[in-house]
Order: sequence, then structure tokens, then C-alpha cells
Amino acid sequence: MSTSTARGRRTAKPKAQKPAGSSEPYLRITGLWKAFGEFLALKDISLDVNQGEFICFLGPSGCGKTTLLRAIAGLDPQTRGTISQGGKDISELPASGRDYGIVFQSYALFPNLTIERNIAFGLENAGRPRAEINARVKELLDLVGLPDQAKKYPAQLSGGQQQRVALARAIAVSPGLLLLDEPLSALDAKVRVFLRHEIKELQRKLGVTTIMVTHDQEEALSMADRIVVMNHGVIEQVGTPTQVYRHPASLFVADFIGETNKIDTKVAAGKAKIGKAAITFKAEDAPKSGEVIAVIRPEDVIPHSAGPKRAKARGSRGANLIDVKIDSMEFLGSYWRAHLGGTSLAGVPMVANFSMNAVRRLGLEEGIDMTVELPAERVLVFAKAG
Amino acid sequence: MSDIGATLPQGRPARIRLDNDALVKRGLMIVIAAYLFAALALPLYAMLSKSFTTYSFDLTRYEFQVSDESGTNWSEPVTAKALNDKLSAVPPADLDTISDGRLPATSFFPDFSFRSPVKYRIRGTVENAPYLVGLDPFNSIEWKEVDSNTFRRVMLRPVQSRSLANYKTYFSTPSLFLSIENSFFIASVSTAITILLAFGFAYAINRSCMPFKPALRLIAMMPILVPSLLPGIALVYMFGNQGYMKELLLGESIYGPLGIVIGSVFFTFPHALIIISTALSISDQRHYEAAESLRASKWRTFWTVTIPGARYGLISAAFVVFTLVITDFGLPKVIGGQYNVLAVDIYKQVIGQQNFEMGAVVSVVLLIPAIIAFIVDRIVQKKQVALLSARSVPYEARPNRRFDMACLGWCAVVAIFILGIIGTCQFAALIKFWPYDLSLSLKNYDFDRMDGGGWEAYRNSIQLALLTAAIGTAIIFTGAYMVEKIDGFRTARGLFQFLAMLPMAVPGLVLGLAYIFFFNNPANPLNFIYGTMTILVVSAVTHFYTVGHLTALTALKQIDKEFEPVAASLRTPFHRLFARVTVPVCLPAILDISIYMFVNAMTTVSAVVFLYSTHTALASVAVLNMDDAGDIAPAAAMGMMIFYTNAAARIVHAILSRGVLSRTQAWRFR
Ligand SMILES: Nc1ncnc2c1ncn2[C@@H]1O[C@H](COP(=O)(O)OP(=O)(O)O)[C@@H](O)[C@H]1O
Ligand SMILES: [Mg+2]
Repeated sequence: MSTSTARGRRTAKPKAQKPAGSSEPYLRITGLWKAFGEFLALKDISLDVNQGEFICFLGPSGCGKTTLLRAIAGLDPQTRGTISQGGKDISELPASGRDYGIVFQSYALFPNLTIERNIAFGLENAGRPRAEINARVKELLDLVGLPDQAKKYPAQLSGGQQQRVALARAIAVSPGLLLLDEPLSALDAKVRVFLRHEIKELQRKLGVTTIMVTHDQEEALSMADRIVVMNHGVIEQVGTPTQVYRHPASLFVADFIGETNKIDTKVAAGKAKIGKAAITFKAEDAPKSGEVIAVIRPEDVIPHSAGPKRAKARGSRGANLIDVKIDSMEFLGSYWRAHLGGTSLAGVPMVANFSMNAVRRLGLEEGIDMTVELPAERVLVFAKAG
Repeated sequence: MSDIGATLPQGRPARIRLDNDALVKRGLMIVIAAYLFAALALPLYAMLSKSFTTYSFDLTRYEFQVSDESGTNWSEPVTAKALNDKLSAVPPADLDTISDGRLPATSFFPDFSFRSPVKYRIRGTVENAPYLVGLDPFNSIEWKEVDSNTFRRVMLRPVQSRSLANYKTYFSTPSLFLSIENSFFIASVSTAITILLAFGFAYAINRSCMPFKPALRLIAMMPILVPSLLPGIALVYMFGNQGYMKELLLGESIYGPLGIVIGSVFFTFPHALIIISTALSISDQRHYEAAESLRASKWRTFWTVTIPGARYGLISAAFVVFTLVITDFGLPKVIGGQYNVLAVDIYKQVIGQQNFEMGAVVSVVLLIPAIIAFIVDRIVQKKQVALLSARSVPYEARPNRRFDMACLGWCAVVAIFILGIIGTCQFAALIKFWPYDLSLSLKNYDFDRMDGGGWEAYRNSIQLALLTAAIGTAIIFTGAYMVEKIDGFRTARGLFQFLAMLPMAVPGLVLGLAYIFFFNNPANPLNFIYGTMTILVVSAVTHFYTVGHLTALTALKQIDKEFEPVAASLRTPFHRLFARVTVPVCLPAILDISIYMFVNAMTTVSAVVFLYSTHTALASVAVLNMDDAGDIAPAAAMGMMIFYTNAAARIVHAILSRGVLSRTQAWRFR
């Protein structure tokens, strides 16, 4: 019963992390290790996934995402650690004893069965009456938007359509957990964006707890309730898309998600030197002195003032302003990308994204001198070689 | 978040509980592995141990007493050895014998007379001292008393021991070990000629724009459809004492190495062609373009690009042909004359002299080159596969009139040779009485009037071929599926792979002999299959297992490896996936395996010649036996029956592959 209410309450808003002390998470992974011979593909992975949540495993290729997913599915048993689902320890259950539907990157559709027989494959085994199965298949075909493809063979469908069939087959038996391994990677960009939306909608409608593996940060940011950022077999950070984007827990996460200016520099007296300027920053657990990497995203570089009004404006606020020169600008459709230089930066490369609005308002153009602000709460500082 | 120093904590890996599927899969794999073990490993072991077994009369084990004429006063007990030392009645060499040997007890009593009132006693000095009285076996240390008339029928039996003696005998008997040289000579010469012809043919098919390619390819494959001894019969008609082309030999005899080599080239040609053609077809167009841009001459390109590109194919083909020739028995039996080769020696030792131990020794000798060739072939095949998977642009031939005509000429010579052999057999089968009455008749097809099994033999062959195709394909495909799709269970899968590859290394004749030792042993609970159709099917399935297994594996490796996980996540048992997806998707390969099993079961002589009985005579064996009995024309006719049958089976296979597959595999064609 609690399940249905939880589902009913779900909204489009990213879900906050579960407060401590609430009931058991739906899926709990504790101290998971996976060794392939000497090689450790997963190192001490612990993770809780809540009922109805959409989780993305995000990380570069080879970081262990698929390995973790296959351990959850019981396809490649973990070397150490436990997994429980719905309060039940499933660590040593075979795949057939677990409760999930899975979609592989290859789709793995049965080539000799029609679309409807593919979707019905899991239903037929349950021994339900033919009419009921047919009705369910029809319902699923409608759900994934392929109502008139029932009689075709997989090879007659496009990649995106095949992926939807695979999805319909996986959810046909109403599994408690949906596992998706790079479901969109093989598709072309347009279809991919469209399907992102579709999958997300579907998941929301069904309220099924979902784990999706991807190496595409945009995909993760746009779909996930929470993102699990992985690297070299460890979890770097778990958080909502805004959390991992705004407050990356490590340089790796900052670098992997979104664009960054990475500046190799020093911290002294609580300020980071960028070019000739000393910049304050607010990050609490950042080092107070020594060699660091300062990180600021291009869209966080705020155009402050340009041209003759500059000196006057400058006097009003002294903090974190740098005088720069626009070396070049590219028009990227909805915004401009500026490559900044000038004496104050002293050769530190910096890229900024300026809105159309700001460019028009301040009269920004190539070669112009201007002042930018690096807001203290947007400057991230990480100890070097971390 | 540094992972430096991360080490695996103490503990044990998760052991996934085995579900029904896993248990059933493992169970099936173990059953099939057990089949291979019982049908291959154990018989081979029995044969190997037989080759080390010797039988001899041990005279120290027997004691005799003789009474006087009254039959009441007995002499002192005396051992047979003591008597023989005194009398030299039996020379030491005659004490070595075969398992069935018998030595009359009267040998040690020169003044024995069966009418005398004297009585005799015999007993063993040790537990194992077998002797016969009449047909009754005795083995006891109690005295057995018999009258003179019965003593006549007392026979000492040999005892068994293990030693290298059989091998010593083999290598000290020139008439036997000379066969090694002969076999290697024949196999080497045949291999060289076949590879040359097949390479030329494959080259022409792959690299020229000559006309009639499909027809030539079809003709080139014909020899696969007939027993290996059929060319022998044709050669008798062509070059034998009354052969129609006898003069061409300039007085040489076709009976001997010449005939064996020509016949071997005939029956191994398609095997070599398939392998070399595959090797040539995967070579890369880009190499040729590079050579052309370097202005390399055609000749230089041939030696620096073509030959190295095809080298694995050539080596592999050479070893396959060599093995086929050295292990073949039918052809040298028919056309070999007095020229002894290993395979025929096995047959002669077993069928002619009933010396099973020596047959086993020759088998072991024959097994050695077969195993070496097998290992080399496996290594080379692996490299070839690596070449295959590399991306390459297939070669496209450009027309060149002179070159194309030369190619056509080469292929035409081969085609005429093949058609000539088969045509001669057909001709021989239809002629009333060569060379005196050349009118046509079907009387040679009246098999029921000849020895050799008659039409029943033909029907038995069909039955054998169908059973072998059906049962063999089912076992082979299931086994390949299990070994390919089981998770974990590594050691057992490795063992299974080994057992599945082994049959390729074992010559049919050797397998047959091994079956005699294993299944004809009364102590074997499987003894009941001896002399039945079952043992023939078991032998054929086992003998042709490997090629089918490899075909199945190749097909299975091509289907998505995620099907099983998907089925498991849908909680569908694997057998439903197997029946509804795996088998339909692999149907082309399954049909290929069945036609391979069918054709080979029809044509094989070597795998069945030791195992057929009067009720299970076979067409291929009938060809051999009718030829042996001098009924050469009916032998040719029976050989042609096999040819028609296999040709028909191939046509049915082609129709099935096209017609039925186009329906069940509509998905392939969109
Ligand atoms: N069966 C295997 N044997 C050995 N190494 C493996 C195996 N499967 C994966 N790996 C290794 O484990 C690491 C993680 O792989 P994977 O989980 O597939 O990465 P990804 O994050 O791209 O999905 C990779 O370095 C890969 O090479
Ligand atoms: Mg992956």
C-alpha cells in the first residue's frame, strides 16, 4: 500500500535525499567489490536506492558501471559485499530469482519473433490466458508508442523503435526494478534526446525504481533523480543533478560533469591567485593554502562592465573582479562563448559563456576590454593531485 | 576519493545459488560429456591397454599326474614346465599366443594314446591357471581327473600380462613396420598433389573471371558424396588388367602406390578445396592494390601477397589431407595390391589373423601422426580465425582473357578427372559384363543375388544415416549450446571441449577397433549394443562429432549473448528460449550439421567395418565386400547408389535451406 502512495506523490521535482531514520531503502548495496583476476573493477561500493527513484550510474567508459549493474542483476556475482532488494538479501540469488527487467545496449530482441511475440515472451511463461496476454501486449505497445508495429520483425524497425520494444518487453512482467545499460548510446542524437524524455515519462507513469547506466552527462542530468558518479571502480559522489553540478565533491566530478575552466594555481591567505588577481572563495572544506586547482564554470563568469563605464562600476564592488580582454568570440546559438585574455589574467586561459542579452547590453565584441566577476560561491578549489 | 591502496577485504566471493536452469544445463552437459566419455575415452583406453597386453602359456602353473594301467597308482606330480624342459615338445616361441590360444595337454605326453586305460590328473599350482576340458573352462588348484579319451580334449589357456612385448614384436617384424614408411610416402605424395590441384582450383574460383564457376564448384564437391574406395573401383576399370586406358600406364600396375595416390587425390580434393578457398576468400583487396601501386609484377605479388595470405589455409589443408589419406582404409584395400599401409594392416590383423593385440599396436602407431596433424591444424585454425575477424575488403577479380582461360583450363582438367572417375563407376555399374558384353543392363543392381548384404544393406545405410543425422545433430547442438551458454563451471566446460575435439584426431578404424575391445567385453554393461544398429549410430555420431560441434559453436557465438540474461530476467526457463529462439535462429547451421552427418554416415567404411553384423550390413561395407569377392560391377553399382542418395540428400538440404528457411526466417530477409 505504501508503494502506491509513494508513487502517487511523485512529482517532476528532483527528490531530496532520503532523511535518515526513515524506512529501509528499496535497494541497498553494501561494501561491494568485484575482482576480475587481479583487477578490481569495483571497490567498496555502498549505495541506497529508494522506491520509485530514477538513478543514473555516470562515469567514463570502463569505470565499472556495467559491472555494478550486472552484479545487481545477478549476472556477474560480486566478489565481496551484499545486495538487498525490498528488504530481502538477494546477494546470492540467481538472475531468475530476482525481480527486475533489463534492457541492454544491443536491445537483445529475439530476431525471429515478431514485436508482439517479443513483448509477450515473459508473459507467455506465466501461463496467463491468451486474450489477457494479447491485451497486455497491446497496452504496452500503446505505452511505448508503437501501436501499429505488432506484426513486424525487429530488423524492420529503426534503432529507436527497437529500443522501445526492448523496454516494453522488460516492463511487461511489471518488475520491481528496471535496469537499463546504456539504452540510448547506439542511437543518433535526435532520437536520443526524444527517447530520454519518453523513458523518463514512462518511468514516472509506472513509478518503477530504475537504474540507468550512461556515460553521457547530459543524459544523466536531464533524467536522473540522483546521479551516482563513478570513476575507476569507486563512487565519487552521489547526489541530485544540481548537487553534482553545483557542488561537485571532487575535481573529477567537477571536470566530468559540465564545462570548467581549470586553473592550476596556489592559495595563500585564503585567496586563490588567478593571473594577477587574488580571488576569494567560499567552499568550506577547500584547502586554505598550497597548490590547488581552482575551477569555475564558463557560465559562472559574470560579465560585469565594459567600455567607458567600467572604471566607475568597478569602484562600486571591489571583490573578485578581473579586467580582461575578449580575444575571440563564437556564437553558439543561444549564447556566446568568449575566450578571455589580457594582462591581468597573465596568460591563464579562461572561457566564459555570455548570454545574448549581456552581449547586447554591454556591447561586447572581439578585442574589447571588459571586467568580469568570479562570484566567490561559484569558485571551487580542490587540493592538487587529489 | 583516491583508490590507492584499495585491497579486497577478507571473505569469500558470492556464490550464486543454482536455479533450475543452471542445474538442467549442467546436467545435460554432464550427460553428453558422459556419452563422449563412454563412446570415446573409455574405448580408446581399452584399446591402449590392449596394445600392452600379451598372452602366453605359463607352463609352471600346471601340474600333471599319470596313473598306471590299472588307474589306481599315480605318478609323482610334475609341472608342465619340467615335462617340456625334458621333452622340448613346445618351442619357447610358440608359448606366446593370442587371447584365444589353446595348447593341448597331450603335447607333454609323447606316448599318449586316447585308447589307453591310463588316467590323467591336472591341477593349477597357483590360483590363475586356466584350462579347458572340452568346452568347459576350469581354473582350480584341485586335481581334475580325466580318462585318456577326455585328456585328448584338455587344452591349456594362456594367461594375460602387460608389457611392451607387442611393440617389440611390431618393430622387429619388417613386414609390419615397413607399412609406416609406405603410409607416410603415400600420404605425403597425395597431399602434395592434392594441395597443388586444389590451390589452383581455389585460386581460379576466387581470383579469376572464368565462366562456369558454379558448375565447376559443384563438380569439385562430388567426391564428398561417395565412399573413399569408389575411385579404387573406377581405377580398376580404367587401368586394371582389362582397363580401357591401361596402355597409358606404360606397363606400370595400378594396383599399388600409384592407384592409392590417384584415388586419394580424388577423395581428398573437396576437403582441401573448401579450406583453401576460405583462406583465399578472406584475403584483403587492399594488399593487392598496394602491390599494384608499387608496380610489383603479378608473379611477385603472387609470392609476396597471395601465398602468405593463404598460408594458414594451405597448412591446415595439408594436414587435413595428410590425415585423411593416412587413416583411410577402403581405398588401399581395393587398389593397394600387395602394398601394405597402416590402416589396412589394422584390418588384416583383426579380421584376417584375429590378432587383436597387434591390431591395437598398429592403431596406436596410426594414432600418433593423426594426433600431431590434429594439433597442428587446431593451432593454425586459430590463427586463421584471427585473420578472419580483421576487417578487410574482399578481393574483386577483373577480367583478363588469357588468365581466365588458363584458369578454366586448370579447373577443366580437375573436373574431367572427377567426372571421369564417377562416370566410369556409373558406366561399370550399367555394363552387363566388362569387357566382353558391353550392352547395358540393370543386373548389377540386383544386389539380393550377391553376397554383401543385398538391398537390406542399402536400407540399413539409409537408416543409419538418418539416425546419425537426427540423433547426432540433436546431441551435438545441445552439447555445444550448454558449453557455450553455461555460466561458470569452467573446468567441466574445458573438459567437455577437449572431449568434443578429440574425435577429429581418432581415425575411424581405430575407433571401431576400440569399440570391439570396449563393447564386446562381456563384463561391460553396455555389451548388449554390440552387433546392433545402435553401436553403428554411436560410432558414426562420435566419429563425426567434432566438425558438427565446431559448426554449432560458430553459429551460437554469432547470436546475442544477452538472450539468456533477458530470458532469466523474464523468469522464462532456458528451454523455452532454446526452442523458440536459439534453434530457429541457428536452423541453417543445424541443417548443415545434419547433412554432414547424413552424407558421412552413408559413405564411411572405416568407422563401421569392425562393427556391422549380419543383420546390420551396410551399403558402404557391401561395396568393400563385393569388391573383395570379385563382384566389382555390383560394387560399383552399390557405390553409385550411395552417390545418388547423397546427391538427393544434398538437393533436399538445399531446398530446405532455401524454401523452409525463407518462411521460418522471414526476419532475415525483411
Ligand atoms: N569479464 C571481464 N573480465 C575482465 N575484466 C573485465 C570484465 N568485464 C569488465 N572488465 C573490466 O572491468 C572494468 C569495468 O568494466 P565495465 O563495468 O564494463 O565498464 P563500464 O563502466 O564502461 O560499463 C573495465 O576495465 C573492464 O575492462
Ligand atoms: Mg558499460
